[in-house]
Amino acid sequence: MNVGLEHYLVVSAILFCLGLLGVIVRRNLLVIYMGLELMLNAANLALVAFSRFNNNLDGQVFVFFIITVAAAEVAVGLALIVALYRKRQTAHVEDLTLMKL
Amino acid sequence: MSDILFYIFAFLTLVFGFLVVLNPFSQNPVTSAMFLVLTIASLAALFVLLHAFFLAAVQVLVYAGAVMVLFLFVIMLLDLKAEERQKIKAFSAGAGFLTVAAILFIFLQSLLKSPLGAEPTPQLEGGTLALGKLLFTQYFLPFEVISLVLLVAMVGVILLSKKELK
Repeated sequence: MNVGLEHYLVVSAILFCLGLLGVIVRRNLLVIYMGLELMLNAANLALVAFSRFNNNLDGQVFVFFIITVAAAEVAVGLALIVALYRKRQTAHVEDLTLMKL
Repeated sequence: MSDILFYIFAFLTLVFGFLVVLNPFSQNPVTSAMFLVLTIASLAALFVLLHAFFLAAVQVLVYAGAVMVLFLFVIMLLDLKAEERQKIKAFSAGAGFLTVAAILFIFLQSLLKSPLGAEPTPQLEGGTLALGKLLFTQYFLPFEVISLVLLVAMVGVILLSKKELK
C-alpha cells in the first residue's frame, strides 16, 4: 500500500497524544515542556504533510513560523522556570500549589 | 523505497517520543531531553521524505541545536538530583492514559471518516528557492512581525532572569 496523507496524519495524531500524555502524567516542569514541544512538532508534521499532498506551499511557511514562535516560547518558558526555581527551589508541579483552594 | 523509509522513521519517531514521556528505565530529565533530540531528528527525516528540505534543515538547526541546548542548560542550572524521587502516581497515570486514549480515538475516527482531498501524485518541492520567494513576497509582513516576536522574547527573557524582579 502506498504511503499517503493518511499515514502521515496518523503518525502526527499519535505523536500529539504522546506529548499530551507527557503533559498530563509527568510531574516535572521540564518534562512537561518537552511534551509541549512534541505536540508542536506533531502539528508541524501534519501541516507539512497537508502541504505536500495538496501541492500548496503555504503549509510549509506556517511551519516555519511555528518553529520560530516555538523557539521564542521555549526561551521565555525556561526563563520562567528558572525564576520559579530561584524563588521556590523546586521544578515539580505538585510543589507549586499556591493557587489551590 | 521511500515507503519503507517512511515506516522506519515513523516507527523511530513514535518510539523515541514514547521514551521522552515515559521512560521505564530512568525518570531523569536529561534522558528525556536526549530522546527528544532523537525524536526531532527522525521527524526531520520524515520532512525530507515529504520533500520539505528547507524545513528539515531548520528543524535540525533550531530544534535539535538551539532549543535542546537551552533545555540542557536549564536542566544543568537547576540541580535536579533530589527531584528524581517523586514517582508517577498510579491513579493520575491511569486517568491520563484514559483521557489520551479517548482523544486518540476521536482523532483516528475523524481521520477515517473525513474525505481527504489529497492528490495521488504530489509534485511539490519545498526547497529554499520556492519557500524564500513566498516568504519575501506574500508573507513579508508576518516575516517581519515574527522578528519582532523574537526581539520581545529576548527582552523578556533578560528581564525575567535578572536577580530581583521589581
